[in-house]
Amino acid sequence: MWFFSDEQNMLLETVRQFSRDELGPKIEHLDAEEGFNRESFFKMGELGLLGITVKEEDGGAGLGAVEATIAMEEMGAVDASTTLSYLAHAILCVNQIGANGSADQKKKYLPDLISGKKLGGMGMSEPGAGSDMLSMTTKAVKNSDGYAITGGKTWITNGPNGDVFYVYAKTGDTKRDVSTFILERGMKGFSTGKKFSKMGMRASPTGELVFEDIRVPATARVGDEGGSVKMMMKNLDLERVTIAGISLGIAKGCLETATQYAKERKQFGKPIGAFQMIQERLAEGASQYAAGRALTYSVAKMIDDGKLVGKESAAYSAQAKLQAAQMATKVALDAIQILGGYGYTREFPVERAMRDAKLIEIGAGTNEVMRLIIARQMLGDVANM
Amino acid sequence: MSFTDNEVQAELRALTRKFAENEIRPIVEKDEEEETFRPEIIRKLGLLGLTGVPVPEAYGGAGLGYADYVVVIEELARVSASYAVSVSVTGLAQMIIASGGSEELKKKYLPPMASGEMVGGFALSEASSGSDAASLRTVAKKDGDHYVLNGTKLWITQADSAGVLVIMARTGGEGAAGVSAFVVETKSAGFRCSKREKKMGLSISHTMEIVLENVRVPSTNRIGAEGEGFKVAMNALNGGRITISAVAVGVGRGALEVSVAHAKEREQFGKKIHEFQGVSFLLADMRTQLDASELLLRRAASLRDEGKPFAIEASIAKLFTTDATMKITTDAVQILGGSGYTRDFPAERYMREAKILQIFEGTNQIQRVIISRSLTK
Repeated sequence: MWFFSDEQNMLLETVRQFSRDELGPKIEHLDAEEGFNRESFFKMGELGLLGITVKEEDGGAGLGAVEATIAMEEMGAVDASTTLSYLAHAILCVNQIGANGSADQKKKYLPDLISGKKLGGMGMSEPGAGSDMLSMTTKAVKNSDGYAITGGKTWITNGPNGDVFYVYAKTGDTKRDVSTFILERGMKGFSTGKKFSKMGMRASPTGELVFEDIRVPATARVGDEGGSVKMMMKNLDLERVTIAGISLGIAKGCLETATQYAKERKQFGKPIGAFQMIQERLAEGASQYAAGRALTYSVAKMIDDGKLVGKESAAYSAQAKLQAAQMATKVALDAIQILGGYGYTREFPVERAMRDAKLIEIGAGTNEVMRLIIARQMLGDVANM
Repeated sequence: MSFTDNEVQAELRALTRKFAENEIRPIVEKDEEEETFRPEIIRKLGLLGLTGVPVPEAYGGAGLGYADYVVVIEELARVSASYAVSVSVTGLAQMIIASGGSEELKKKYLPPMASGEMVGGFALSEASSGSDAASLRTVAKKDGDHYVLNGTKLWITQADSAGVLVIMARTGGEGAAGVSAFVVETKSAGFRCSKREKKMGLSISHTMEIVLENVRVPSTNRIGAEGEGFKVAMNALNGGRITISAVAVGVGRGALEVSVAHAKEREQFGKKIHEFQGVSFLLADMRTQLDASELLLRRAASLRDEGKPFAIEASIAKLFTTDATMKITTDAVQILGGSGYTRDFPAERYMREAKILQIFEGTNQIQRVIISRSLTK
C-alpha cells in the first residue's frame, strides 16, 4: 500500500519469508490430516508476531491493525489455516488481555502467550447464539469466593488444543449483562467437547468448550462485571478488519498461481493466457483484490489513527470483511476454473484456497450479519422497524 | 417436451430416490472421506434396471430415452454426485458402443454394463491435451489383425474398477482426423493404472491416470472406421453434457432441500432465519436457478430423444446448470453458516462437488466457445 512505512514494508518482507519457509512446506499435509502447525507459533513468538498489538511495556510489539493485517495477508497467502489460528491467538486472546486485562492478569498470561509457549483462543459463540451472540446462555454465578461458570462454547478456533481462553459469560438476566473471564485448560470442570471436521481451514482445529461448574476467583474476571459488551464489539471490529487480511492473502496466492499457470499451460497451440476468457478472469480478480486491499488497509489505518468510533467503526470493518471475503471465494473459484482439472486436485493449492476462503464468509460474523451492521449504520432505527 | 415427469419418469424417480436414500445416503459421507467406491451399489442399481436406461432392450437395457435416463442421474446426484457420475460415465461407454460399435461388440459389452455387473469408462484427455483434445498423443499402431496402443491418459473416471474403457488413440496424422476409438479391456496385458488423483471432492469416484504399454487390441474392437474416433468422442460428449447437467440439477436440488430445512429450523434473534429476507431471497433465487436448470436439461434431453440437433442445447444446459449449481451450493453453505462449513451436513460436500461440474466433460470455457461459434459461424 502507498502509505506503508519502511517498518511496515520490512514486516511484510519478514512475514512473507517466514510463511514461505515455515508454513509453506507443511500445510498440504496438515490440511489433509487435519493437523496443526504448533511449532510455527514459537517462531512467530521469536518474530514478535504473537503480541503484535500489545504495548511494548507489556512485552508486545506495540503495533496496530495495519501491521496485524499485513501479517494475516502474508501468512494467509500461503497457509490460511495457521493464519486463522494465529488470529484467534493474537487478536482474540492476546490483544484482549493486553487491552483490557489487569496488571496481574497481563503479568500472569502475556509472557507465555507472547512467546508461543501457550496457545490462546476466545469463547463467544454458542450452539443457539451465533449471529445473535448476545443471546448466549453460559452463566457466571457470583459466590463468596468468586464465580461458578457453567455452560459451553462452540466454533472455538484453537478450542481442541488451546491453553488459555478469553471467555464471555452472562452475569445477569439482560442481553447486555456480559462479563469476561480468563479460563485455562486444566481448571476443574473445563473440558473440550467435539472437534469439528470442516470443509477447509482443516489445519486450524475448531471445537467445543464445556464448562461444568468451573470455580474461579473474582480476579479471573476481566474488567467490570457486566461491562464486556463494549470491549467485545471493539475487538470484533479489529477481528473483522484483520481477518479480511486472510481473504486478501488467499486471493493473492490464487492470482499468483493462476497467472503462472496461464503463462505456462498451452492448449490449441498457445498459452491459455492468450485467450480472452482467461484474461478476463485474471483482470477481474486482480481488480477486485486491489479494491479489497485498498478498503481493508484504509479501515485498518483509520482504526489505528483513532478516526473511527462506535458504530462507524463497526460498519467500516464489516464492509472490509464482507468485500474481501466474497472477493476471495470468487477469485479462488475462478483460479480453480483457470487450472481446470489440475485446479480440482490437491497438487495445486487453489482447491484448498477455495475451501479456506469460504470460511471467512461465515466466521467472525456471516456476510448476512455484516450487511445487517452496515445497513443499521446507514438506516438507523428504521433498520429495526 | 413436457415440463413435468411422465408416468415412466415419475416411477424411475421414485425408485431411484428410494434406493439412494436407503442404500447410499447412510454411507456417502464416510465413503467420500475415505474415497471408497462400492461396486455392489452399481450391481444393486443394475438389478433395479437403473444402469442401462438408454441401452437398447436387445442388449439388456431398458431402451428408454435421455429424458428418462437423466431422471435417474439427477436422483442419484441429489444424494451422491459420485455415483451419479459413475453411472453416467459407464453410460458414455455404453452409448459409444451402442451407436458406433459392431454387432459383436454390442453383444459382448453392453449386457454386462447394462446389468451393473461391469462399469465402463472413457479415455480421451492427456497431460497436454485437455480442452484441446484433438492434439492427443496416445498411439495405436496396426499390427496384423490387432492394434498396439501406447501412451498415457489423464483424468480417467473409474479406470481402476472399469471392465472396459473406450480409448481414443492416434492411428493417423495430426489433428482430429487421425484419431480412432477402441474398446479396451482393462485386464489386457500392458494396461495399468499409474496414479489416483487426490481431489477436492467427488472422492468416491476415483480419477485415474492410466498407462498403455504395448496393449494389444483386436482390430474388431475399433469403433467405426479409422479416423472416425474424434467424431465418436465428440458425439458421446454431447450426450455426456446432458447427463452432467442432470448431475448439476441433482446436486442443486439436494443443496436447496438442506437449505430450506435449516432455514425453517434454525432460530436467531428470536425468529426462524427464513423470516429474514437475507435468507429467504437466497432461497428464492436458488429455486429459480434450479427450475431454469431443469428446463434447459429437459429441452436438451428431449431434442436428443426426438432425433433433432441437440449439441448446442446440450452445451447451453451444461454451462447454465453447472454455473447455477455452483452458486446454489455456495449459498447453501452460507445459509447453514458454521454448520454448513462442517462435514456434519452435506452442504459443503455439494459445494465441492459442484466445482468439478464446471470443469469436466468440457470446461465451461469450452462450452462458451461452442455456443458463441454457433452464433457467429
